[in-house]
Amino acid sequence: MKLCLVVDDSKVIRKVARRILEELNFEIEEAVDGQDALDVCDRNMPDVVLLDWNMPVMDGLDFLKALRSREGVEQPVVVFCTTENDMAHIRTAIEAGANEYIMKPFDREIIEAKFSQVGLL
Amino acid sequence: MKTEDFEFLSGMLKERSGLMLTPDKVYLLESRLTPLARKRGLDTLDALVQKLRMSRDEGLIKDVTEAMTTNESFFFRDNTPFELFKDHVLPAMDKARGTQKRLRIWCAAASTGQEPYSLAILLRENWMKWQNWNIEIVGTDICTQVLEKAKAGTYSQFEVQRGLPIQMLIKYFRQEGDQWRISDDIRNMVTFRPFNLLSNFIGMGTFDVIYCRNVLIYFDQTTKKGVLERMRKCLADDGTLFLGAAETVLGITDAFRPVRGHRGMYVPTDGAAEKLMGLG
Repeated sequence: MKLCLVVDDSKVIRKVARRILEELNFEIEEAVDGQDALDVCDRNMPDVVLLDWNMPVMDGLDFLKALRSREGVEQPVVVFCTTENDMAHIRTAIEAGANEYIMKPFDREIIEAKFSQVGLL
Repeated sequence: MKTEDFEFLSGMLKERSGLMLTPDKVYLLESRLTPLARKRGLDTLDALVQKLRMSRDEGLIKDVTEAMTTNESFFFRDNTPFELFKDHVLPAMDKARGTQKRLRIWCAAASTGQEPYSLAILLRENWMKWQNWNIEIVGTDICTQVLEKAKAGTYSQFEVQRGLPIQMLIKYFRQEGDQWRISDDIRNMVTFRPFNLLSNFIGMGTFDVIYCRNVLIYFDQTTKKGVLERMRKCLADDGTLFLGAAETVLGITDAFRPVRGHRGMYVPTDGAAEKLMGLG
């Protein structure tokens, strides 16, 4: 079973994402901001991170940059999942090492489509 | 709905579009045609049926047919038919048409355009190879409304997230308000026009590849056979036909046979396509 880390400061979003991903046979860890997510990664690196952008303490982009600069670890797939839906944000995320990008609102079909594109399904 | 009204509507739909409507689909008639009835100033679906019976109003018949055809589509739908196009069909065509450098592709149920645009994107991804070719991608559909959308090449945020990798969104789309518009380079590669698969195929010319996915399932056996056999006549002997995952030629016609190990891919029974593609 693959481990997916869901990073979002909204409890509702985490719950929705968890439900969809559990149905797709993922084991789920949750984090409430970028720093929390880094701590989880250092403890137990997930296979994939579903990542919000705007969060308190540390945002998604800073988390991604910190994660990608970690050496000697198996880098997970990172899928952004955010309300930021303009081309500039998308480019920035991809350049920083995101593998896919979901614009909120999302549903099961979009998660499924994006996760299969990056070879997770 | 009264049985005779259902029979009247389903008979009309079959005659006009080939659509087979079984009695368990009454709910579809109700959910799709009630809004149309209201738009026409009619109170109920019964009144709409009455009007159709009385007047044979061609405009109304067309609206009813369009409302009842299913137009769901997304980019790179089912993925495999596009992988096969890229990995087998294109290399084979490169070999077979390398001299005349001409390629004709037909998407016979193009709906809102995602399928022909996906093929155009795949060609564009290897443009060094194809830029000097004369490539024609024709997208047809019975429904003129969806073709308008296809021609515009404008999609919602929801639509561009189903099947389209983010790298391709960045490369081939631009944002216009809350919509995403496909680039002119891609848009200009595809021609859209209305076409009814029940009509004769005279004037279509010869294609090298035909995509006819998720439309035969709505037809009865005789109609399927007719469509497939007309398609055989306008497909090159070494051409390829793609059908939907739930569709087949088996038990319907001998004009095509499935390519072993590649679901949804068919070649003319008397043709040489498999050998050309290295699949024989």
